[in-house]
Amino acid sequence: MSSISAAADEESASQLRLYTDMMRIRLFEEAANGLYLSAKMPGLAHLYSGEEAVAVGVCAALRSDDYITSTHRGHGHCLAKGAAVDLMFAELLGRAPGYCSGKGGSMHIADQARNNLGANAIVGGSAGIATGAALSAKKRGTDQVVACFFGEGALGQGLVYEVMNMASLWTLPVVYVCENNLYNEYTNYAETTAGSIRQRAEAFGIPVAEVDGQDVLEVWKAAAEAVLRARSGAGPSFLHCRTYRQYGHHVGDINRSSYRSKEEEMAWAERDPIAILGERLVSRGAVTPSQLDGIREEVQTEITQGVDFALEAPYPDAAEVFTAVYA
Amino acid sequence: MSSAEMGERILTMGQATREALIEEMRRDPTVFLIGEDVAEAGTAFKVLPGLYEEFGLERVMDTPISEPGFTGIALGAAMTGMRPVVDIMFGDFLTLIMDQVVNQAAKIHYMSGGKLKAPITIRTTLGATRRSAAQHSQSLHAWVAHVPGLKVVLPSTPMDTKGLMKTAIRDDSPVIFFEDKMDFQVKGPVPEGDYLIPFGVADVKRSGTDVTIVATSSMVRVALAAADELEGEGISAEVIDPRTIVPLDREALIQSAKKTGRAIVIDEGYQSFGVTAEIAAIMAEGAFYDLDKPVARLGALDVPVPFSPGLEDLTIPSAARVAEIARHLVRD
Repeated sequence: MSSISAAADEESASQLRLYTDMMRIRLFEEAANGLYLSAKMPGLAHLYSGEEAVAVGVCAALRSDDYITSTHRGHGHCLAKGAAVDLMFAELLGRAPGYCSGKGGSMHIADQARNNLGANAIVGGSAGIATGAALSAKKRGTDQVVACFFGEGALGQGLVYEVMNMASLWTLPVVYVCENNLYNEYTNYAETTAGSIRQRAEAFGIPVAEVDGQDVLEVWKAAAEAVLRARSGAGPSFLHCRTYRQYGHHVGDINRSSYRSKEEEMAWAERDPIAILGERLVSRGAVTPSQLDGIREEVQTEITQGVDFALEAPYPDAAEVFTAVYA
Repeated sequence: MSSAEMGERILTMGQATREALIEEMRRDPTVFLIGEDVAEAGTAFKVLPGLYEEFGLERVMDTPISEPGFTGIALGAAMTGMRPVVDIMFGDFLTLIMDQVVNQAAKIHYMSGGKLKAPITIRTTLGATRRSAAQHSQSLHAWVAHVPGLKVVLPSTPMDTKGLMKTAIRDDSPVIFFEDKMDFQVKGPVPEGDYLIPFGVADVKRSGTDVTIVATSSMVRVALAAADELEGEGISAEVIDPRTIVPLDREALIQSAKKTGRAIVIDEGYQSFGVTAEIAAIMAEGAFYDLDKPVARLGALDVPVPFSPGLEDLTIPSAARVAEIARHLVRD
């Protein structure tokens, strides 16, 4: 019997799913880092470790036919929307069975079957796509909602403000999810961001929720309210989720002393989103620590099998270089 | 069959665009128009009157002055089941939307391994001599033609405009559709009802034997005027219009160069690193052993477009200059 189904009640079961989903992202990122360090992964990756509660909390509030757009730090969003670990690793390694046939890589994973419109390597670059998907949902007469993930670095991009303006004007069903992990690449956002983040959205008449991005239940609750508002035709919302990037800007960003202290990193490690939920579940008596260990082991097995699948998978045929340039 | 029997009328270029849009919007409810002043105003160039009245604000959407924003929004709609037509008033404003066009729309199909697609049409303008100065007069079609994943259309007649616009809207790839802002009132026969003109098929606008003039967009009229001038001097010029530069009908260009042995390429984009260079290279490579002379070319002068009319007129190819180059190719 799985640890999840062993949970006594429905509430605990749903929270254990959140725990499992966050653990999957964490262990995925650990494995991705390992693939980089062992020179098995081409290029770089931007790890989501520490921010899991945001993607998992938001996606828990979405339906499977709702859309998301993602960022260069996008593995967590893909997994939270339901992507398969093995096909994601295949994409990270540039292999043929990957989500994008190996032609996208870490920064461009899209998963059409789950309405994930793709990670985006231009900061803020998907804000238009997300808002347009919301316009499309409205035009097509569906009640689909769009979650637009972006980091606080995207607050420097004019596009974000242009589309928030139109989303509010046209009452579009989109939730702007600002993942404030404190760092625009290697620069603290306080050095790049004048005034108030909250007031940026409020200036367009978009309601804002300030969210503890380390608490998945708080994220889930705030996202559920925003999604309900969008689905009911009341228009866009903005979630300001305060979180922290445990690793550097990318896997190669090892020495971070030029922009942040060990003390700061350790303080945020104390507020690990997975540990926070785990402790809550244990203290409530919903699970035992050993059951949580069991979840970790199950997920680790899934990750290991995914990595093995990807390492064994073939590379694309040379002829693939010319396919899908035009639709 | 005469033009009248085919159901042809004389329409302007602008009316041909309008008719194509109306027919496609009636045919396909996923087609919508989005841009600045496209609704009640019928666009800044007054090309699309009546669309708003027929289709309403839901499908003829006025936007804030936010070109990157509404282009990105159109792209997201295109990726999720719609077929937007984006109106970018001046081709110069392509510079504002380059991320959405180049990094997003052009690449989403390829980056997703062919799973996502972006059937978006961006209609914009090119062309100088409107006395609009340096920021409203450029012909930047070579910029987008340089990027794989985009299709680039340059109609020169009302008939081509309608058929190519309908093809653009139905295409599953992003298409940039350039109309010469000076030519909205140019008239020509246009068939009634539905017809498509395929991309990548050049059209011989005038058949000839002595020299090939390849011309795009409004430069086709310049080429035809030059050909008239040359005819009086006993020189037979062939005028060939690629109609789309991506995809490009390379074979038609090469065959014409082989036939005449002499070629000149004219285009209203800047001459350096532009369309004339690309087409001249294709013809030189493909018809080398049949060419009597190096392929000549004439683009816009490599200067910002000046305001003063006398100066501005110097910057674009003229029929007299084209004829002069052709004469040298044939006689010297």
